[in-house]
Amino acid sequence: MANKVATREAYGEFLVTEGAVNENLVVLDADLSGSTKTNGFAKAFPDRFFNAGIAEQNLIGMATGLAMSGKTVCASTFAMFASGRAFEIIRNSVGYTGANVKVCATHAGITVGEDGASHQTFEDIALMRTIPGMTVVSPCDSESAKLLLKQVVDMNGPAYVRLGRAAVPVFYDETAKLELGKGHQLRPGKDITVIANGIMVPSAMEAASEMAEQGIDVRVIDMHTIKPIDEEIIIKAAKETGKIVTAEEHSVIGGLGSAVSEVVTREYPVKIKMVGQHDTFGESGKPDELREKYGMTAKDIVKAVKELY
Amino acid sequence: MIREKIEYYEKIAQSVRIDVIKAVYNAGSGHPGGSLSAADLLTALYFGEMNIDPENPDMEGRDKFVLSKGHAVPGQYAVLAERGYYPVEDMMSLRKLGSPFQGHGNCHKVSGIEMSTGSLGQGVSVAVGMAIANKLDKSDSRIYTLLGDGELQEGLVWEAAMAASHNKLDNFCAMIDWNGLQIDGKNEDVMRVAPIAEKFEAFGFHTVEIDGHNFEEIFGALDEARATKGRPTAIIAKTIKGKGVSFMEDRAGWHGKAPDMKQAKEAVEELGGEW
Repeated sequence: MANKVATREAYGEFLVTEGAVNENLVVLDADLSGSTKTNGFAKAFPDRFFNAGIAEQNLIGMATGLAMSGKTVCASTFAMFASGRAFEIIRNSVGYTGANVKVCATHAGITVGEDGASHQTFEDIALMRTIPGMTVVSPCDSESAKLLLKQVVDMNGPAYVRLGRAAVPVFYDETAKLELGKGHQLRPGKDITVIANGIMVPSAMEAASEMAEQGIDVRVIDMHTIKPIDEEIIIKAAKETGKIVTAEEHSVIGGLGSAVSEVVTREYPVKIKMVGQHDTFGESGKPDELREKYGMTAKDIVKAVKELY
Repeated sequence: MIREKIEYYEKIAQSVRIDVIKAVYNAGSGHPGGSLSAADLLTALYFGEMNIDPENPDMEGRDKFVLSKGHAVPGQYAVLAERGYYPVEDMMSLRKLGSPFQGHGNCHKVSGIEMSTGSLGQGVSVAVGMAIANKLDKSDSRIYTLLGDGELQEGLVWEAAMAASHNKLDNFCAMIDWNGLQIDGKNEDVMRVAPIAEKFEAFGFHTVEIDGHNFEEIFGALDEARATKGRPTAIIAKTIKGKGVSFMEDRAGWHGKAPDMKQAKEAVEELGGEW
């Protein structure tokens, strides 16, 4: 696999590039600008960067006020605190008004690693996608992060973008054709479909290659946008392959697996197996060790595919 | 301030109170107590202080007001109606299915409402963001917000206060409707918020303590806020919950309860209105 870059690094680069051409862009952080990578923007455009300090509720409140005054606002902190602590502000001030606030949250999921359970959020996608009008995005690598962030910033209205701490393989290149709200089929397949997002996308491709050797033809879809979800591509997969495995670095309660199930049960019921965090807290450890222990690797996708097939 | 001018504002504030009683009575629920305590403050803002235009509610460069104590929105609806944003009759659909006059204000449904509020602590935080935006845009327009005293128990208020002073938002003025009561009783018994002025001072605000039912003092404080440079101002306005309706005054029970017809009639008549 090619070189590795964290999606948060891509976010930092995106902000500097976008900030140069979009004078309306304002960025807020909550004392984590070195970690969320908003520090590049802060250095390049100090007048348009505001630090809320360790105050995530006010981070989102101020972001709303700026957005209500016509600014495009990216507000960043760790995913745990953005989606958890500030949930109700995002719901009532951002969501209810449809404010043009992009919550770009980093350090999501188990790959936060050593910081442990208090910082490993598996609930953010579930929380964010219950808010009416909220666009929810989970890119799998640095290139897709940049492509999707551009579309998120160009659209009007609230969005949540889930970004990671750990360096992950660069999977796409800048010519990739990714469209917000549209699942991206990475590999055709007729026997079973794996719908993945975030760091589970390369794992899904790895699993599909392994399955191909065993004569199982796996379709793989990168479902980078969880809301609005691409119903068409899901229904097509259910009809054509009859079985679906979902894979996400998130709780199987309320995340991608749930979102896919909601469509499938309504439109074309087929069996689904979900790879993800199974209703438990994490712990300290290296990202790869944790993925192994909590069942979010290519091997786990292979296992789920075999169980269903 | 000349006496006739004071009488002009007092008359409007009484009309606002009458509208509140009628609307809350029609709705069968709502928050009269805090709407009545804030009526004079709201009247001063919308009729004397703010640069606004009811004919052009989205006017560029206008001053903005965010009702952080969102439950007092009947008071805001009434003052907007009296100021000419829409006819008073419109707000009589308060809280009814399909009405734009929601139980807590929605900025997309009613002209003149700058921010949807209701969940305490959020309005002031959003208002701070608006004040930052004005600074970025090098605009002279000012941002006002009104908080309840019980609302000061929300941690977010102090996160926002810290940010207002850190960013030297002298275009930002927070008013506190200090009626001393909240749903479960007196602030003193539920969770002490006093001393309020000292708290805001400590957070870097210029503070003014006034009688929130005295227009001379209200306008004096607003003038002082405008003249204060380099830091935000907090106006701590001592008020009486349920002000103007003797059976509601200083009673926590009227925080979120509608009068029945007899009570509403009595209240309107006491306020000098016609039932």
